[in-house]
Amino acid sequence: MGLVIHKEKVTAELGEKLKSICPFGAISYDVSNGLSIGMGCKLCKLCVKKGEGAVTFEEEQAPKVDKSLWNGVLVFCEHFHGKIHNVTFELLGKAKELAAVNGHKVLALMIGSDIKDKAKELYCYGADEVYVYDDPGLKDFLIEPYTNVFYSFIEEVKPSSILVGATNVGRSLAPRVAARLKTGLTADCTSLEMTKDTDLVQIRPAFGGNIMARIMTPNHRPQFCTVRYKIFSKPERVECDKAPIMMKVTPQMLVSHAQLLDVEMKPEDIDISEAEVIVQCGRGVKSKADLAMVQELADLLGARMACTRPLVENNWFDAKHQIGLSGRTVKPKLLICVGVSGAVQTVAGMKGSDLIIAINTDPKAPIFDVANYGFVGDLYEIVPRLTKMIREAR
Amino acid sequence: MDILVCVKQVPGSSNVKVDEKTGLLVRPKKGNKLNPYDLFAIEAALELREQYGGTVRILTMGPPQAAEALEECLWMGCDEGFLITDRAFGGADVLATSYTISQGIRKAGPVDLIICGKQTTDGDTAQVGAETAEHLGIPHLSNVTRILSVEDGSVVVEANQENMIVKEKIQMPCLICTDSEVNTPRLPSYRRKKAMDDSLIHSFTLNDFEDKDNTHYGLKGSPTQVQKVFPPEKSTSRVMVEGSSEELAEKLGKLLSERKFI
Repeated sequence: MGLVIHKEKVTAELGEKLKSICPFGAISYDVSNGLSIGMGCKLCKLCVKKGEGAVTFEEEQAPKVDKSLWNGVLVFCEHFHGKIHNVTFELLGKAKELAAVNGHKVLALMIGSDIKDKAKELYCYGADEVYVYDDPGLKDFLIEPYTNVFYSFIEEVKPSSILVGATNVGRSLAPRVAARLKTGLTADCTSLEMTKDTDLVQIRPAFGGNIMARIMTPNHRPQFCTVRYKIFSKPERVECDKAPIMMKVTPQMLVSHAQLLDVEMKPEDIDISEAEVIVQCGRGVKSKADLAMVQELADLLGARMACTRPLVENNWFDAKHQIGLSGRTVKPKLLICVGVSGAVQTVAGMKGSDLIIAINTDPKAPIFDVANYGFVGDLYEIVPRLTKMIREAR
Repeated sequence: MDILVCVKQVPGSSNVKVDEKTGLLVRPKKGNKLNPYDLFAIEAALELREQYGGTVRILTMGPPQAAEALEECLWMGCDEGFLITDRAFGGADVLATSYTISQGIRKAGPVDLIICGKQTTDGDTAQVGAETAEHLGIPHLSNVTRILSVEDGSVVVEANQENMIVKEKIQMPCLICTDSEVNTPRLPSYRRKKAMDDSLIHSFTLNDFEDKDNTHYGLKGSPTQVQKVFPPEKSTSRVMVEGSSEELAEKLGKLLSERKFI
């Protein structure tokens, strides 16, 4: 499987052309060695399209997995001592849609200590079957026991698709379990669909650029993905009272080479994920001192301040104020983007916003493709005037 | 203590775009650089070496020019570098990448602590560290914000876990992924750059690995497949407002007032 070069068809002209069109610089060509494709290749298949038959993509018949043995869409329940994280409910809502396509069940997995009653809540948000591993040894998240339990559950129940919240715990646990199962894992999906063939269609921004990729795991089960908080909507709660299915915890599962010494709760700080009005600063804000000007506007609007990644890298903001693929996903009623260019990673974190207003000097800035209102102008001119106006109106 | 840091060379600009007319990918013009998140991992390793002695080695997987990233690490003070490069490794997803790296680590020799950066700026998945640890059968901890001490064959660290900070004592060998708040990375040394010794960088190919089965690597070893790439959707209701700064401020104020935000 992969790209095959048909040497006889590679002329010097074609070789040079393919070398120059590869977006990843993975193709090399010289007369003596001919055409070769290096490991920078991302399989965009541009060379296949433009190669006049000199490069072809060959699919190899791999042994096929029996997909009928894998059933159900599983949601891993993220919680802290029984307090369930909202991302879990959002994922249950999505899982219900996905499972309906093939008449599958929505499954939920909860791991912890003294959580049997708490787990019932998962039924109220759409789970058909809730499985619980309850043991004092599972009270706190430790990577090895949790991986063992999760893995053992999958071996036993064989869910077809698995959705995990892209929280710090989920991002640590999901890859660990996926690697043990030797299956695929797609991080930070922004959209999910289900095919009739039980294949999970995973869509996420990719290649670190302004591109979306449609990713599938066509020949492995289970299929694993993580999804950030606030990407999907939390379904309505429906009252119900059903006992969860209790699973057996064995001593071997609890073996850990890491020991939890201490847990310190961080000071309560309203997460920008929960904010209703947000003002986001981008690189258009030229110095740290200028943030005060934007903060003033934010204060008048009762807004939380947020930023893009470069501002975190400059140490102007703590990482938890970053909106984007590597930061937080937000769903405010109003988002004002000030000097934000709108790279796809940033935009990925703001799509659920009700109203996006952008201020940027560059009329071609990609932020204007997602903004409902684009103000082409200098933030240093507009923001102080707006602040003054709001203040005078009061 | 022997430490190994996993690093990656990433595009200088992550701005790969789709040409609207042709639907083809357009390559950024800028060159490559060392993944900025890796600098924190390297700094953490160098600080540990200063305190506890031992070695700091670096490992990367990539095309031959990825050796440049290793050179930069050597200028920062690392002792030795390993480049894993083979055509067979191309097209690898998270599973195949992490498996390849785990094989490279085995080949590089015994190690007490493996340190990875939080994520790369091109792949952005933050999953390779955890999967690598699984392939090696060792514990790991992500989002490490402080390395407190090394005692009785264990490392004591603090990590960020959503709304709390956890403190764990992890038996070595183990793998940690550092957060960017863990330290302030040093700059590469010009003196070291001048005195650079190429023999400190070693290359591995598939043939050097314990597992030589090529179906475990690259595209063949990758369960996920990119079916297609496409430009992101654009918002439907889109109004562009132009004019003088006064007009813009006024219109924005009016809009916010109409929508009852002020």
